[in-house]
Amino acid sequence: MTKWSRIFIKSNVWIPLIAIVLGLLCGAIVMWIGGYNAWSAYSALWQKVSGSKYDIGETIRTITPLLFTGLSVGFAFRAGLFNIGADGQFIMGMTGATIVGIKLHGLPWIVHAPIAVIVGALVGGLWGAIAGVLKSSRGVNEVISCIMLNWIALYLSNYLVRTLVLEKGQQRSQMIQDSASLSIGWLSKAMDNARMDGGIWVALICVAVFYVLLWRTKQGYELRAVGHNADAAKVAGIDVKSSLLKSMMISGIFAGLGGVFEVLGVFHYQVISAASSGYGFDGIAVALLGGNHPIGILLGSILFGVLTYGSAGMNFTANVPTEIVRIVIGCIIFFVASHGFIQMLLNPRKPRRSSKKKGAVERGSDLGLG
Amino acid sequence: MEQPVPVVELKGITKRFPGIVANDSINLQLRKGEIHALLGENGAGKSTLMSILFGLYQPDEGEIYVNGKRETIDGPGKAIKLGIGMVHQHFKLVHNFTVAENIVLGIEPRKGLSINYKQANGRVAELSEQYGLMVDPKALIQDITVGMQQRVEILKTLYRGAEILIFDEPTAVLTVQEIHELMQILRNLAAEGKSIILITHKLKEIMEVSDRVTVIRRGKVIDTLVTSETSESELAEKMVGRRVSFQLDQEKRAPGPALLQVRQLTVKGHDKGRNVLNDVSFEIRAGEIFGLAGVDGNGQHELVEALTGLRPIDGGSVLLGDIDMTRKSVRERMRAGIAQIPEDRQKHGLVLDFKVSENMVLTTYKDTRFGRGGFIDDKAVDEHSARLVQEFDVRTAGIHVPMRSLSGGNQQKAIIARELSRNPQLLIAVQPTRGLDIGAIEFVHERLLQAKNEGKAILLISYELDELYKMSDRIAVIFDGQIMGELDSEQVDDEKLGLMMAGNRLQEKGGGAA
Repeated sequence: MTKWSRIFIKSNVWIPLIAIVLGLLCGAIVMWIGGYNAWSAYSALWQKVSGSKYDIGETIRTITPLLFTGLSVGFAFRAGLFNIGADGQFIMGMTGATIVGIKLHGLPWIVHAPIAVIVGALVGGLWGAIAGVLKSSRGVNEVISCIMLNWIALYLSNYLVRTLVLEKGQQRSQMIQDSASLSIGWLSKAMDNARMDGGIWVALICVAVFYVLLWRTKQGYELRAVGHNADAAKVAGIDVKSSLLKSMMISGIFAGLGGVFEVLGVFHYQVISAASSGYGFDGIAVALLGGNHPIGILLGSILFGVLTYGSAGMNFTANVPTEIVRIVIGCIIFFVASHGFIQMLLNPRKPRRSSKKKGAVERGSDLGLG
Repeated sequence: MEQPVPVVELKGITKRFPGIVANDSINLQLRKGEIHALLGENGAGKSTLMSILFGLYQPDEGEIYVNGKRETIDGPGKAIKLGIGMVHQHFKLVHNFTVAENIVLGIEPRKGLSINYKQANGRVAELSEQYGLMVDPKALIQDITVGMQQRVEILKTLYRGAEILIFDEPTAVLTVQEIHELMQILRNLAAEGKSIILITHKLKEIMEVSDRVTVIRRGKVIDTLVTSETSESELAEKMVGRRVSFQLDQEKRAPGPALLQVRQLTVKGHDKGRNVLNDVSFEIRAGEIFGLAGVDGNGQHELVEALTGLRPIDGGSVLLGDIDMTRKSVRERMRAGIAQIPEDRQKHGLVLDFKVSENMVLTTYKDTRFGRGGFIDDKAVDEHSARLVQEFDVRTAGIHVPMRSLSGGNQQKAIIARELSRNPQLLIAVQPTRGLDIGAIEFVHERLLQAKNEGKAILLISYELDELYKMSDRIAVIFDGQIMGELDSEQVDDEKLGLMMAGNRLQEKGGGAA
C-alpha cells in the first residue's frame, strides 16, 4: 500500500514537467527514425487543438472524462488504494445514466437530468464499493477485483443496453430523452457546434471537492491516515474497513460521473462495444502525472486531452500516425514513474545511492536498540 | 608501554555525508584478543565507522591498517578476505534452510556437482564446539530462538575465517538469559584470540565484558579508556556530554483507588484454539506504575490489544474506574481515558508521511476543539501542535515537516506529548524507551513519573528489567499468557523475576492472580 503511494505521491513539480519534455523528445526521436518531421508534427498537433473555436471546444470535451477518471484514481491513491477499476465504474455510471435517461418519461429537465446524473454516479460508486467491500471484509486485493469488475461491467452494460434500451437494428441504445440531456446548446453554438456540455463544470467542482474533502475535513483526514498507515489508524480508533469502503465508493462516484456526462452530455446514446473506452486507464496516467493532487490532475488531464485530440491533426496535416502520441504519453508516464532518473538529471553530482544507504544504516541502528 | 602491532588500526578516518560529518578524523586501535567497546548515542557515527571498516563505505580521508599493513577495503568481500566479520543487528538468514546450510551459503563444500552436507555439518559442529556455541547444525532456522540465530551469524563469520568480529548492537534483540550467554561467548572468542569490536550504547554490558572502551560523540572520538579504570557514570557523561542522573526522584506516595481492574481476562489466539491470555487478573491504582516483566511473546501484545480494544475479549472483564470496557470499541476506550504508547512507534503510533502537526492530533482530531461540522480547523491543530512541540521539547524543523524527518527519540516524544495531552486516566506504555539514547530515555522516564504523580495509572511493559526496577511500584511477570506472580518493587530481585519469567509461579504470599 505505502509502496504505491510512495511512487505516486510526490511533491516535486519539476519531475512531471521534465518528464513531459523528455516524453516529447522521445516521440520526436521515434518520428525521426520513421522519417517524419517532428517539428511539423508537433506544430500540426498544436494547430489542431487551438485552430478554431470548434477545436477548443472539442479539446475540452476530450479533457472532461480524463479529468473525472484522473480524480477517481488519484483519490483512491490518496487513501492507499490502487483503483485500476475506474474503467468499469465509468461504464457502469454511463449505463445507469443511459437507462434512467431513456426509461423515465414525462419529467421536467430540472428533475430528470439530476436524477440521471445522481443514479449514474451512484451506480459507479457502488461498483467501486464492491471492490471496497471485498477488500475490507475478505482482504481481496483491490487490483485483482477491480480488473475483473472492469470486464464484468463491460459485458453487463452491453447486456443491459441490449435487453432494455436497444435501438432496433443498431448496435447501440435509443437516444436519451431530451429532458435528460446535459448538452449546453448556446455554448455549443458559440463554439461552432463543438459538443459542449455540463461535464467540465461538474468536473471542476469535483476538483474542489477532492481537495476540500481530503484536506479540510475530518473524514478526509481519516481516509488519508488509513492510506498512509492503516495500522496506526486502527490503533488511533479509526474504522479502517469503513474508510476503505468509503474511499472506493467516492473514487467510483468520480469515475461514474465521467461516464454519465459522456452519455448525457456528448453522445446521448450508449453503444454496445467489444472493448472498453480506456478512459479508466488513462485516468491512472493522469493521476500519476498530476502527483495525485487535484490541481496536478487537472493539468495532467489537460495535457493528455490536448495530446489525444491534437493527434488527429498530426495525422491529417503532417501525415504522422496517431499512435506516435500514445508513444509520447507512454514515455511521459515512464519518466514520471522513474523519477529517480530525473532527479539524477536535475542533480547529477548528488550521490544518491550512498545517502540512501546511509539512511538505511542509521535507521537500522535506530531500531531495536533498547 | 610497548604494544604489539594492533590487528586493526584506523587513522584519521573522516566520512562526510551531505550536511553532516559522520566521522571526524577518528583514530582507533584494536588489539589482538581484546573486546573493544564502541560507545555512542544513536547517530554518533558508530555504525558509519564500522561500515567503513567492513567496506560498505569508502572513507573521504584516513587510512586503515590491518595487521600493520595499509589496506583499501572496497567491499565486504575484501573485508572478509582480511579476516573481518560482522554480526549485523538484523540477521541475514534463510529461514527454511538448516543452520549448516545458512553458514556455508556461498562457499559450500562440494562433492562433484552436489554439496557435501556431511562435511558442512561436521565443520559447523566442530566450530560450534570450539567456541561453546552449542548450535545444532541440522536444525532449521525458523525453529530456533533469536539467540540461537545470532550464534548462527557468529558461526557464519567464523566459518569464513574471521579473526576480527564486529558486533552491531548484539543484545538489542536478546532476552536477559541470552544476553548472559552472549557475554560468555564473547569472552570465549576473545580467549581463543579473536579480536572483537562491540558496538553498543548499553553501559552495563560494556562494564561487564569489555577490556577497553572508545566513546564517540557527534562523529568524534571523545576518549579511549580501560574499562576497569572507569565507571558507568563517567562513560555516560562522556557519551552524552553532560552529567546524567541515574537516580530518579521517586516520590513515595500512597496510591489512590484502583483505576484499572482486569478480571480473569481470557483471550483466544487467532486460530481460536489455544488461549493466548489465560485468566489474567490484576489491578492498577491511580498514581501507580505497574510494571509487567516477561520474555517477549508471552502474551504482552495480546494483553495490550485486549486492553485497548484492538482484540476481542473471550472471557473476563476490563474495568476502568466503574465503567465496564470489555465490549467497548477502541475509540470509546480512548474517550474514556485509555492512552497508549505503542511498542512499534513507527508502525502503530505515527503516520510518518503526515506532517508533525497532523500526527499530533491522530487520537484527538475528532474533538470539537479541532473543528466543527466535520471540518478540520487547521489553525487550532497548528496551535495545539506548536504548544506540544515546545512543551515536550520535540526537536523538529517545524510543525509542517513530515514526521518521517524526525529522529526516533523525537518521534517518541511526539507520541508521548500527544497521549499525555489527552489527560488520560490509564497510560499503557510498551517499551517506551526502546531504541532511544540516554537523553531521550531520561526524558521519557521523567514524563512517566510526572504522569504518575499527577495520579494517572500506568501500565509499563518492558523487556528490560532495569527499566522496570527503576520505574515500577509493583512488578508482575507474565509467562505463556498467565500472570506468574506480582512483587512490590522492594521485594524484587533478579533471581525471583528470572524464575518467574521462566515459568515458575511465585511461591510465597503476595502472589497475584493464581
